[in-house]
Amino acid sequence: MYSADKIPKKRLLSMQLDLSKFEPATGEEKLQHEQMRASTTFFRDGMRKLFKNPLAVLSLCILLALIAVIVLAPLVVPYGYSEMITVNGKRDKGARNMGPFQYSKLEQDAINEGQKIFPHIFGTDELSRDYFVRVVYGARVSLMIGLFASLIVLLIGLVYGSISGYVGGRVDMVMMRFVDIIYSLPDTLMVILLSVVLDQVLGLALKGTALARVGSNMLSLFIVFALLYWVGMARLVRGQILSIKNNEYVLAARALGAKPGRIIKKHILPNCMGVIFISTALQIPSAIFTESFLSFIGLGVQTPMPSLGSLANAARGALQTYPSKLVFPAVGICLIVLSLNLLGDGLRDAFDPKLRR
Amino acid sequence: MLKYAVKRILLAMLTVLIIAAITFFAMNAIPGGPFDSEKATDPTTKATLERRFNLDKPLPEQFVLYMRNALRGDFGISLKNGRDITTTIMESFGVSATLGGSAVGLAIFFGLGFGCLAALKRNKIADRLIIFFTTLFVAVPSFILATLLLLIFCLKLGWFDVWTAGGASYALPIVSLAMYPMSYITRLTKSSMLEVLGQDYIRTARAKGVNEAKVIAKHALRNALIPVITYVGPMTAYTLTGSMVVETVFTIGGLGAKFVTGINNRDYPMIMATTIFLAALMVVMTLLSDLLYKAVDPKIDFS
Repeated sequence: MYSADKIPKKRLLSMQLDLSKFEPATGEEKLQHEQMRASTTFFRDGMRKLFKNPLAVLSLCILLALIAVIVLAPLVVPYGYSEMITVNGKRDKGARNMGPFQYSKLEQDAINEGQKIFPHIFGTDELSRDYFVRVVYGARVSLMIGLFASLIVLLIGLVYGSISGYVGGRVDMVMMRFVDIIYSLPDTLMVILLSVVLDQVLGLALKGTALARVGSNMLSLFIVFALLYWVGMARLVRGQILSIKNNEYVLAARALGAKPGRIIKKHILPNCMGVIFISTALQIPSAIFTESFLSFIGLGVQTPMPSLGSLANAARGALQTYPSKLVFPAVGICLIVLSLNLLGDGLRDAFDPKLRR
Repeated sequence: MLKYAVKRILLAMLTVLIIAAITFFAMNAIPGGPFDSEKATDPTTKATLERRFNLDKPLPEQFVLYMRNALRGDFGISLKNGRDITTTIMESFGVSATLGGSAVGLAIFFGLGFGCLAALKRNKIADRLIIFFTTLFVAVPSFILATLLLLIFCLKLGWFDVWTAGGASYALPIVSLAMYPMSYITRLTKSSMLEVLGQDYIRTARAKGVNEAKVIAKHALRNALIPVITYVGPMTAYTLTGSMVVETVFTIGGLGAKFVTGINNRDYPMIMATTIFLAALMVVMTLLSDLLYKAVDPKIDFS
């Protein structure tokens, strides 16, 4: 490299720099000139904000713990959700309506003989089935329904809203009038009505097919959600697309000859995904609410499959004698809905650009 | 305004008609007619019965006949007990209306009160407590709350009779029905109150020396009420469906309980009549809340 001596002597008034007055920067000095904070992506920034919100973190932990229990419990607990308790291969008729951690007489005898019997954490129900397993399966069914119903709503709303918003004009008007009509229907009443009807119609149509195992009640629940609840999502997606589609980069993509499907998928949807996902997350607790309501009035999942709503309903019969049977599913529903609500709020605060300060 | 109102009223009537059509055709899609029983009915008897109840006519014609009768107030008779459905609805609706009306009144009164309190005492203990409980109660379904209240106050503590029509027994069902809308209104009022209190006209009013109570009541609350009014429609819907489970839990013979019994008995004329009646009620309430909203808020134009 250059050294100060090798450079020819400069003339008077020359602008040439005198290199002897400079010295190379050390590594530490170089670091100071780099950006003070690592650049962050939208996602990482949102996650940072989410983790600063103690309520959201707490509800995330509760949800993860619940999911862990739901996944692991059936592997650990040796009872099935519709299986009556047997001791040494014989049906144990004394195991009805036991309290938490109680053993029946037959089981006690077996323990005294040296057998290991898994404790009934929540006791048993009136058909001598392990109640803990039933509550766990009930929570699983409720969460599954919430999740799938929201996904169905997301899918239909996304496709319908994108087409309506992107095409615009007369197509948009006709499509949105249709949405308005469905939107003005009283949803819970229609859900009840359709569940009654679909339950009967599907029950006959499905007899003997593979789908019959899922149960016509649960299928009709999904169909009802798919028919009624997508309109809110479609409106949201359309609004987002209308606000994004006039941006210059969309015009640029169109000028380059990109097809509408590609523009929507690559340029528009990624920009409104945050808002859409938050709305989907907030849909889950409301779906769980609706499912438990329907189960409570006898239109939910089919027996013997439990859901938290139907367990709470069944517990009403023996409310005075066995109140714990109500408390477990009730706490389950409230805990799931509460933590999903709080997490959804947290996500909205963290990711919704309109709320950014 | 008038043009807008007429348009909305026409739209509401169309909605009720659509609901009635959906209900009618959905119910008729269920296989099996009312005169199919376990024993084989004599074909001529069956044909006579079907002619008697117009079941031999094509479906659209049956729908027109049904609607014509319904408009005259005749919804037919219940399959289960043979009673006139209109009489049943009218009898039981009184109980439900008292229950729902009190719950809505309670929810609005305390919701607004707590909401204002939380906004004015922001980040103080009162605010924290209110927000904690409202967050909690938004996550409790009404049937869980109703059953828990029944368990604690009727069965364990014995403070209330389970249900003897009227008087103090109304308290528990009303509370379990009012809790969710009350919590919702509280949150709604708090956020809109906070927004309004930050506006320039509030500062102007305070700078002019208007006393604080008047600033809150006249300048802030009136503006903060607008989002609450839009909630009236959904709240009615919630109260009507909520009363179904609450009445079932407390074994009150209201319209909601009749609806649930109808579902459990698969009493189709009853389900049909109740759905149309309740849906019409909901549509009317939503219409009223929309009209009220437009009338109260001068910032909205009708173009």
